[in-house]
Amino acid sequence: MKITLWGTRGSLASPGPENLRYGGNTSCVEVRGSDGTLLVLDAGTGIRRLGDSVEAGVKRVDILLTHLHLDHIQGLGFFQPLYREGLEVHIWGPPSTKLDLATRLSRYFSTQLFPVRVGDLPSHPILHDVPLAPFQIGGLTIVTDFVCHPGPTLGYRIAENGTCVAYLPDHEPALGAPDFPGDPQWTSGLDLAAEADLLIHDAQYTDDEYPGHIGWGHSAFSHVIAFGTMARVNRLVTFHHDPAHSDAALDRFIDEQRKTCRLPFELVPGTEGTTLQLAT
Amino acid sequence: MPAQEVELILTRQLANYLNMPVFIVGPNGDLLFYNEAAGELVGRPYDEAGQLSLSQLETTFQTMNEDGSPLGENDLPVTIALRQGRPAHRRIRYRGFDGADRLIEVTAFPLDGHAGRRLGAVAIFWESEQQ
Repeated sequence: MKITLWGTRGSLASPGPENLRYGGNTSCVEVRGSDGTLLVLDAGTGIRRLGDSVEAGVKRVDILLTHLHLDHIQGLGFFQPLYREGLEVHIWGPPSTKLDLATRLSRYFSTQLFPVRVGDLPSHPILHDVPLAPFQIGGLTIVTDFVCHPGPTLGYRIAENGTCVAYLPDHEPALGAPDFPGDPQWTSGLDLAAEADLLIHDAQYTDDEYPGHIGWGHSAFSHVIAFGTMARVNRLVTFHHDPAHSDAALDRFIDEQRKTCRLPFELVPGTEGTTLQLAT
Repeated sequence: MPAQEVELILTRQLANYLNMPVFIVGPNGDLLFYNEAAGELVGRPYDEAGQLSLSQLETTFQTMNEDGSPLGENDLPVTIALRQGRPAHRRIRYRGFDGADRLIEVTAFPLDGHAGRRLGAVAIFWESEQQ
């Protein structure tokens, strides 16, 4: 499996000279299976450049949305493969308790927000409510579950030939849990991340910022480290960086975590354009 | 042991902050959690008691009608919430870990999550002023 980070910014696209290395594009990750299967995790603004890189020979693309907050779907209408006639595109995402994904997503593809409706897209994407049982796309096995974040929000675990990546871009496992990280059984998202070769996880706030944002659905850096430690992952990629955090600030936050204790995993700064290979 | 569903996790987190006794019961009736306020009614804090299976629950808490007559399992509000999927309320007498008899009122409601999954039930208790 090959994983490429096309957008690692949270909440709002944040281009600027101070953000050149971590990037300003919002959530989007490409997962390529060894058989060529192409998954796109979230459709933030990073999906636009990913779309330009999708080869003409690709027959099918599957877009897996964690949730429908704007920073995770804003790029969808700018994903050029959607305009390729004959390309098979599947969009997977969470229903709400009362509305299916198609109804929910059509709010974005509505005349008030975007000039093209879903039904007018030349690829005629097929929309699926994500099943809560494991499912298969090409050679990749996908497990999903709801995680702590406002509104219906999923995390994903994608496995191939004994290796796996877990993707929890918006996640607040410490919400209202005074004993966090004390009790694995009561920790949101832990099964998805357990012993993952690679965990891509929300790292929006510093520990000083977190108390002012409790309940917003995101993690402080120390929470991410604690969660990755509890899940016994091999590598952890920081993700969903706050728009106000510059390259210099993010480098400093990550260095501070590395100095705090001997980390039981490799901590990888989630910089836009990074490609990670998982050996099978 | 696998992690609980997020709806149960969030319910537990809410219960942790409430100063009213709350039980959270899993889909098969096992007592998954009770909060600090419920610990006073139960006669033992959750941290000491831990999770209890349905069979342990039945033997641990002797539940009776208000007049002391036996109360069938199917008449317990939490059982009604779980098995019939509707809220239920009742005044019951019971004996907790500490051996003390108490008269309480119980309101229970089912906890239904995404995709129609019955995740369990929540029971809220009020110690009755009439003992």
